[in-house]
Amino acid sequence: MPILTVKNVNKRFGGLQALDNVNLEIEAGTVHAIIGPNGAGKSTLLNCFIGKLIPDTGLVDFDGVSLLGKKPHEINQVGVSRVFQTPEIFGDLSLLENVMIPSFASRDGAFRVNAWSSVENETSIKEQAMALLEDVELADSAQVIACQLSRGDKRRLELAMCLVQQPKLLLLDEPTAGMARADTNNTIDLLKKIASKGITMMIIEHDMHVVFSLAEKISVLAQGTVIAEGLPEEIKGHPKVQEAYLGGAHL
Amino acid sequence: MNWLNINKNDRNLLIGFIVVVLLGPLIMEPIGGGYPDLLQKFAIFGIFAIGFNILFGLTGYLSFGHAAFLGIGSYTAVWSFKLLTMNVIPAIILATLLGGFFALIIGFIALRRSGIYFSILTLAFAQMSYNLAYSVLTPITNGETGLQLRLHDARVVDGLFGVERTAGLPNTELFGLAMSGWNGYYFCGFLAIVGFFISLRIFRSPFGLMLRAVKSNQHRLSYTGLNTRPYTLAAFVISGMYAGLAGGLLAVTDPLAGAERMQWTASGEVVLMTIFGGAGTLLGPVIGSAVIKYFENIFSSFNEGILLNAFSFLPEGLQQAFAWTVGLFVGEGWHLTLGLLFMFIVIFLPGGLMEGATRIKSLFQSSTKGSPPIQKDLPVEKS
Repeated sequence: MPILTVKNVNKRFGGLQALDNVNLEIEAGTVHAIIGPNGAGKSTLLNCFIGKLIPDTGLVDFDGVSLLGKKPHEINQVGVSRVFQTPEIFGDLSLLENVMIPSFASRDGAFRVNAWSSVENETSIKEQAMALLEDVELADSAQVIACQLSRGDKRRLELAMCLVQQPKLLLLDEPTAGMARADTNNTIDLLKKIASKGITMMIIEHDMHVVFSLAEKISVLAQGTVIAEGLPEEIKGHPKVQEAYLGGAHL
Repeated sequence: MNWLNINKNDRNLLIGFIVVVLLGPLIMEPIGGGYPDLLQKFAIFGIFAIGFNILFGLTGYLSFGHAAFLGIGSYTAVWSFKLLTMNVIPAIILATLLGGFFALIIGFIALRRSGIYFSILTLAFAQMSYNLAYSVLTPITNGETGLQLRLHDARVVDGLFGVERTAGLPNTELFGLAMSGWNGYYFCGFLAIVGFFISLRIFRSPFGLMLRAVKSNQHRLSYTGLNTRPYTLAAFVISGMYAGLAGGLLAVTDPLAGAERMQWTASGEVVLMTIFGGAGTLLGPVIGSAVIKYFENIFSSFNEGILLNAFSFLPEGLQQAFAWTVGLFVGEGWHLTLGLLFMFIVIFLPGGLMEGATRIKSLFQSSTKGSPPIQKDLPVEKS
């Protein structure tokens, strides 16, 4: 059963047809990658999932609810967590606090004034956050201020922040962009570990190494439309894909 | 103290705060500040700054219009004295509520923007309030003269309870206790303790954590499933209520209210106090307001005669030259001293006086324990 359904989505910016009748289905429990050359419309499509853009026509349904017109926090509250291209974390707060905040959001909803209780005494939230930090191997630096982390560690922290909410869908926007090779491989291993727990992931990625290490299904986007879809092996040898990436030139 | 839901460190902090408030007169006596008028100001502006810090220190939203709520608190309290009773309890409750109510309206609009645009919107609202109070709303605010008590004021509640009318203007009172002098100070001091405790609770709560997250990365917070607008609005209203309370207390200790209390310089003052002491810290704003109010009183009281006297050991020409030079920085010109101090703090201690205190503390600890302090920007050497 698909958890995310995108049907006939069109988006036009002035004279540019950024998305041209896009159809997409993401099966629960799979890792689905969306690839495509620069300007293919990958980010535009992602922005339609997260409440940043509203498509001109078409539907984006998640788990039976339409995501169109919803605000970012409402989309998160229905079970979609998101990892950004540049890790977005709370730089002034400790790692533990960074992971506790999304945990509070899942428990208490989008807004709650609980000024009498003490963060210190929230043992279950704290334990949950510590467990997640252990999963991403950051438990030792739980009290460190997050802005001091390396790029790769910030990504780990961001993943822990998403996973603590037990999302039904995890959106990853170029999770290894700007990373050194070692960090990239670490991140791939971590994502594999996460995928093995059955969390549905949608990855938007440039790096073919990352895509082919993780994805169970791949959709190729070019000039705003899905030109190919299938298993990694099928996509590798697909003539349309090679044309889109290499501009028809034969090497 | 378990019912207060605070840990040992915070308990000690709170006890320390209470002791300082109680012993305020003794502590300030040796440095020439042991009189109720000044100490009241410490407490009142301490409350104002504590509240402002909940908005600015936690969420990072810099309001340049909080004096508007201070002024609203004062007008409300004076009206309560005129119409209801000279008892201060209704006055400060109404002042707090009205401060919060106006903060809700102004915050609802201003919080649609962030950063400099938010600051400008709040500044515009405060200046608008000032001008309204100064001219258009004269029937309510009594314009440039300021709102004062009168002999024939209604005082309905006092009338019901058969409080006898005095020949002169009545004093503000708390169930018969006159709110002038030391009584007034301890009343304000008590409320400062309550205000400090509430701020402590907010700092340690999940709600406070969310406010700090707003300051750190609001974008991330909304993608984490939290609606940031009500959080910032709640912080704005709370700080508006603190400002209203402070304004009410200004009227309690001296029952008149003028429009100049709402002017932008007054809004700027609370920003200075908070940054001076350390924005985002619990004690910083209180310390900042006390230091600024102390200097205001001490430096502005120096006049030429005192200066000439102080330099009397010098030959006459030098004496006058020195007195003239120093004279620029005291009396009317004490803001020059404040400006220099402020520059010094912002350049060398961006975290305010509290950062200075932390640095001294870590120096002291490292010299006693013999281990170097771990600095976050320096690599730790491995031995």
